[in-house]
Amino acid sequence: MDALIQQFFNLDIMSRALPLVLHGLWQTVVLCLIVIPLGLAGGLLFALVSLSRSRAIRYVMIVAIDFFRAVPPLVLLIFVYSGLPFAGIRLSPLTAVALAFFLNTSSYYGEIYRAGIESVGRGQWDAARSTGLNAFHTLASVILPQAVRNVLPDLVSNTVEVVKLTSIASVVALPELLYSADMARSITFNASPIVLAAAIYLVMLWPVVRLISRLERRIAS
Amino acid sequence: MNAFLETFFKPNLIAQYWPDILKGIVVTIEIAFAVVVCGLLLGLLLAVLRSFRITPINALIVVFVDMFRALPPLVIVLIVYFGLPNVGISIPSFAVLWLVLTLVLAAFAEEIFWAGILSVPKGQWDAGRSTGFAYLGTLAWIVLPQAIRLTVPPITNRTVAITKNTALGMVIGVPEILSQATSAQSFSGNATPLMLGALAYVILFIPVVALGRFLETRFAWRRS
Repeated sequence: MDALIQQFFNLDIMSRALPLVLHGLWQTVVLCLIVIPLGLAGGLLFALVSLSRSRAIRYVMIVAIDFFRAVPPLVLLIFVYSGLPFAGIRLSPLTAVALAFFLNTSSYYGEIYRAGIESVGRGQWDAARSTGLNAFHTLASVILPQAVRNVLPDLVSNTVEVVKLTSIASVVALPELLYSADMARSITFNASPIVLAAAIYLVMLWPVVRLISRLERRIAS
Repeated sequence: MNAFLETFFKPNLIAQYWPDILKGIVVTIEIAFAVVVCGLLLGLLLAVLRSFRITPINALIVVFVDMFRALPPLVIVLIVYFGLPNVGISIPSFAVLWLVLTLVLAAFAEEIFWAGILSVPKGQWDAGRSTGFAYLGTLAWIVLPQAIRLTVPPITNRTVAITKNTALGMVIGVPEILSQATSAQSFSGNATPLMLGALAYVILFIPVVALGRFLETRFAWRRS
């Protein structure tokens, strides 16, 4: 029992690792502020294109979205970071993460938006257009607000997944929360710094996870 | 174009490394299969246990589920992989990956199955009980079949998303597809093995992603 506490909950080691880990947390926050808006915007783009009137464009989008949902994000990231340099495209860890996340998260967000837009009745389009709104205004002021409300739990839940996913940036040496904690672990030969990082992830995400459960239940009932 | 093929599809490297990638595919499939079976069963078991509404047990289930939904799988993998040997428990890396992903899938599956159980109207319970079924009989024959049918699309999508995390095995040296591909890449100094690995994932996972898409339109989850 004592060994367990020493190995996983060593407060002395945690307090020494804290500055490094907090610096990592800051990087994780910055990373989230880059990849979440990118994913939300990219997802909207993917959704709108995949609702195109042209059947060919729709099929191309379905294949592209399913492709990026089938490739594990870590594979995509490693491909972008260490595969592309062989073709002469050398990206910094941050750019590589941003690009890989853009492709992966836009596909997931895109599917959610699409389900949302499809859940808004066709009559809403017709009604909005008949009041004189143009297509853009119809989409922005009538369809999207209802669509987003219908799929809000999924959007929030996917955002939690994106925040969790930023931990794989550690694999390409981007000094975010998990990378910093793992560095502290390798210096101290003790797992407590990673437990500290886990605690930080929990503090950030537990309330959101609870919120999702409540949102989902409210919609189900 | 030629330079592109030389970089990503070099024929002699494909011939040299595809057996390694194939070994990786076998490992990925084995772990994925074990995770899917154990994770879904554990998740269902926890959801059933939760339906007995025993407060202390339910509190434990909720804490377990929330923790494994809020923590990034890679964080849990590293804690287990680097922490346990130092307290005298050594488990092989593939077992660490299997254990962590099973627990993560069980947590998500419990939440989805539980939502499914709650969505079955109370009248179904009453009707089941009044025909002489015991509690468990009602659950097993009346409620679960309806609940599980509703949960098929979200469970499929979530299972696929979590199974893809077998690629995290690379970080702790499980010889799955991505490990094989990255080590072949560093030996060969060429991106062809990585391309092979990526293609292997696409071939393995596109059918299940497409199945998820089909199921979503087939049994629409919320729009009933």
